[in-house]
Amino acid sequence: MTRLRAGLAILLLLVIAAVAAPGVAAWLGVDPDVPDILARQAPPSADHPLGTDELGRDILVRLLVGARVSLAVGAAAAVASTVIGLAAGLLAAWRGGWVDAVVMRVADGLLALPALPLLVLLAALDPSAIGLPRGDASADVVRIVAILALFGWVGVARLTRAAAISVLARDHVRAARALGVGEGRLLRRHVVPALAAPLAVAGSLAVAGAILAESTLSFLGLGIQPPAASWGNMLANAQDLVFSAPMAALWPGLAIALAVAGAMLVADGLREG
Amino acid sequence: MLRTIAWRVPQIVATLVILSLVAYLAIGAMPGDPISLAMMADPRLGPEDVARMRALHGLDQPLLARWSAWATGVLRGEFGYSRLFARPAAEVLWPALRGSLVLLGTALALAAGIGVAAGMLAALRPRWRGVVDALALVSQAVPAFWLGILLIILFAVTLGWLPAGGVPDSGGVAETARFLVLPVATLAIAHLAAYARHTAAAMADVLRAPWITAARARGAPESRIAFRHALPNAAVPLLSLLALDAGGLVSGALITETVFARPGMGKLLTDAVMGSDQNLALLALLLVAGVTMLATLAADVAQRALDPRLAA
Repeated sequence: MTRLRAGLAILLLLVIAAVAAPGVAAWLGVDPDVPDILARQAPPSADHPLGTDELGRDILVRLLVGARVSLAVGAAAAVASTVIGLAAGLLAAWRGGWVDAVVMRVADGLLALPALPLLVLLAALDPSAIGLPRGDASADVVRIVAILALFGWVGVARLTRAAAISVLARDHVRAARALGVGEGRLLRRHVVPALAAPLAVAGSLAVAGAILAESTLSFLGLGIQPPAASWGNMLANAQDLVFSAPMAALWPGLAIALAVAGAMLVADGLREG
Repeated sequence: MLRTIAWRVPQIVATLVILSLVAYLAIGAMPGDPISLAMMADPRLGPEDVARMRALHGLDQPLLARWSAWATGVLRGEFGYSRLFARPAAEVLWPALRGSLVLLGTALALAAGIGVAAGMLAALRPRWRGVVDALALVSQAVPAFWLGILLIILFAVTLGWLPAGGVPDSGGVAETARFLVLPVATLAIAHLAAYARHTAAAMADVLRAPWITAARARGAPESRIAFRHALPNAAVPLLSLLALDAGGLVSGALITETVFARPGMGKLLTDAVMGSDQNLALLALLLVAGVTMLATLAADVAQRALDPRLAA
């Protein structure tokens, strides 16, 4: 229970940061994306509470804007993975036989692939070729969510399948079948609700995984494109500056770790029940 | 047991064949084949030169025909030439594979050793449970690239004890080891948490079993109960975790290799795919997928051998 509360508190903090970002930017009178060459790598001050980066942009405001990206990617990728995974896992458990075999072999095949190089490949492909928009930060978010969902459903599907097989064998499901309940209603009313607990755990783990994956792609230069801020791309420059500005590497990494830990604490708390 | 193997090996082979086809088509469908890259490099190439070169390299054939020609070669043990390095793909692969095996082998051995020890500590000494849980959470939440940068800032920039990255020019063992410390530490910390968590959970389960109580009743010392009775049983589920990481041994660690500027499979795989170096990318992909699936099979077989209840 304490873990669930701690995790939710961290995520709430991030939501507040994300919502407050434009307000804080207006209050400080800075634009997170516009360089100010005269104020490069400024130390913390009243104008720039955490100082500025190598192009003179306010680090605090960029961190707050980064929270929007991380939360949007985390939430959207988790929802997409959970929905696809639930459908695939349920289908495999319900139909069994060759449908089950095909779905699970596809899942195994995806798991056997080296995830990161493939994510990098997909992120590097031109998204307009498959009908996704390219351009501003929100287009990048859509693109990354689509890529993450492509891999993210596997874990949810395996979990759903295992849980659904045991639920389908339970007495109340067999009783409902015997009473002549249709298969669609059976799944909706009697099977899916029983899967809520494992799905909630898988969903919060998916949030953590998606936030980490987005920051990794952005760190490699394939996620959110500069000048738009994301915690990952803020760290990409920081590595080149470890000798002159080691502090620049501190805040974005801390923010990523905090967000991922928050989502994982929620998963842990839900698992303990 | 034999039936499991006889049933799973053909499945693995089929998956690899389908995977190679999908990957071949995907890479082939990427814009920019080798000839168009050559055209960009040399403006004197005319349309007839391009057509001749395409025919010479078989690029005028449909993708499916090219794939079957490639697959026939592979069956004869010919993996083709790497386009990026202009050398046989297998020859290019070997040094990267060796680099990854050394780096990840050391890191995973450390991660498994320390992780299992920490997990046992958490299960056997409840006072330590909170500490181990917190450390596991931190190690899972901290992104590897950030951890790498922090280690570089601390040990290479501030203290100046260790190199910030790269590989040594001369091959002395001590020098090689010095360059390995930071990347190995980064990877080991990242992988440690999973082992600690799984060991703690499995040990806690096993310690509740009636035969542990029976062993205590017979007066077996606690250390014997922990290492001889509980650990071997708790280790059975850990095998599947180990199998998943075995795939990582050959797929490399792209992030760590990037942060520490080390050659390895992660970088090679990414470069090959991005540079549409088909032969190299396919060889590397199939190697990784094959090793991962074989390791999973090996873990399943080992688990069934260790735990007869799973054999049914």
